[in-house]
Amino acid sequence: MAIEARGLVKRYGKTRALDGLDVAAERGQVVAVLGPNGAGKTTFVRAVATLLRLDAGTLRVVGHDVAKDPGAVRRLIGLAGQFAAVEPAMSGRENLEMVARLFGVDRAAARRSAQAVLEQLDLLENADRLARTYSGGMRRRLDLGASLVGAPRLLLLDEPTTGLDPRSRIELWQAIRNLVEAGTDVLLTTQYLDEADHVANQVVIIDHGRAVATGTPAELKARIGGSVIELHVREEGDLDRVAGLLGPSAQIDRSTRRVTIRVDSSRERLTDVLRSVDAAGVELEDISLRRPTLDEVFLALTGAGAVAEASAA
Amino acid sequence: MSATLIVTRRSLLRYVRTPQLIVMATLQMTMFFLIYRYLFGGAIRTVGMPYVDYLVPGFIATGVLFSGIGAAVATAEDLQQGFIDRLRSLPIARSSVLSARAIADTLILALAAAVTVGIAFAVGFRLHGSALDGLAAFGLVIAFGFAFEWLFVTMGLFAGNAQAAQGMGMIVFPFAFISSAYIPVATMPGWLQVFAKNQPLTYMVDAVRSLTLGSHAQALLGHPASYFVIRGGIWAVAIVAVSLPVAVVRYRRG
Repeated sequence: MAIEARGLVKRYGKTRALDGLDVAAERGQVVAVLGPNGAGKTTFVRAVATLLRLDAGTLRVVGHDVAKDPGAVRRLIGLAGQFAAVEPAMSGRENLEMVARLFGVDRAAARRSAQAVLEQLDLLENADRLARTYSGGMRRRLDLGASLVGAPRLLLLDEPTTGLDPRSRIELWQAIRNLVEAGTDVLLTTQYLDEADHVANQVVIIDHGRAVATGTPAELKARIGGSVIELHVREEGDLDRVAGLLGPSAQIDRSTRRVTIRVDSSRERLTDVLRSVDAAGVELEDISLRRPTLDEVFLALTGAGAVAEASAA
Repeated sequence: MSATLIVTRRSLLRYVRTPQLIVMATLQMTMFFLIYRYLFGGAIRTVGMPYVDYLVPGFIATGVLFSGIGAAVATAEDLQQGFIDRLRSLPIARSSVLSARAIADTLILALAAAVTVGIAFAVGFRLHGSALDGLAAFGLVIAFGFAFEWLFVTMGLFAGNAQAAQGMGMIVFPFAFISSAYIPVATMPGWLQVFAKNQPLTYMVDAVRSLTLGSHAQALLGHPASYFVIRGGIWAVAIVAVSLPVAVVRYRRG
């Protein structure tokens, strides 16, 4: 197992950042911890990275107990936190060589592994420029490189793509996939559902310091059952009327003039919906029947407030 | 040990590769020095010696406090920007990161003090004791500086962000000014004298001063050099004894 967490509790004053969190991550996978701000994602990553003392629970990382043998864990992990923790006044190469040296290897070996990481992350061209001249995306990649240079068995990425433009995000996702192919396990946290959907084999949704659902993206989507009927109305004024026709579980998104409802037996229900909307004289732009998105899974599991927060960030 | 050196090197590189930082710091320091030397200095009476000879040891010793604010800010920034988290996640001794900070900032401080000494001699400062005593005075400043670094590193760890560290750094002002550094304590109102005479910086300033004044020290300060050196040293040890363990505990807790 890459990570075995049982009943983790971490208190900060009266708030419980982790409140009985269980996570089991197999080897050879990308595990995404998904949750809104304040759900406990960063606290969990910091616990795995041996950066904090847990109040309760057991946590084993690549077979080593974090509390009993943090030194062994530190030799096996690489951490890239929420901020690009690279030294701006050093070049990309110097940054990587420094971290490699801190893993206890000699100068020549540090130079070799820095070179390999620079190639792997496509930073060779800018390797000898000071990191303060890097773009945000390059800095992130260098930070990822710093977490890789010690050849970790488990890579910990805390919101690796927050603040990146779409292209840099896709590049980083690709870099993460390549790593997993090369045999590194990855634990990443994210507020972005599409990110979990794109890169993760396994998703752990957490809220209020507890795991509320675990599974592959497909399993999670299947879990909230059936399909989703989505109606796009022409007039905003019709939104409430349509929602009324569909019953109490209908969700309204005013900004896109859409009403969605989850259904189990999709085909008959779609006909019913069409018939009742037609009878009410509501004009539709579009109607569709589809699988739920991870967004909707998230919404169903953590509540509306959480998802609004996550998508606003 | 080698981890400490590697992390120290990083702090020093950051400093030397940010020339605007060095230029600004040096300009500011020189400006204040010249203001005291040529503007306020004319109005301050120091019996038995020119004001510049009184001022320089005090100015350099209190410089330790002002440059310490930089150490607190740098520590807080490292914490805030995740750099300390990265280092804590690496298989290195927990002590190496804090030691590296203290060593790097002490070296930077030594450099700044050496520049000030150069300027001091250029504007008329003279040693009254032996050259060896002068070197001892310089060494003492660096030793006090190293002690204070631990206090400022601790401050930076607790502040958590650069602005707060800067704010907490304001605490140096009463210690720097209500001391014997710039003016003789005897000219202050009685109630201020009580604080000024008994706070650590006055002992440290007078320890440094007594070594540069030679035979004038006893007459001007009322005690021989050893009196101040011992008391200043005890304060320095006490500062480390309190702040080092606090810093380590805070660092471990994360």
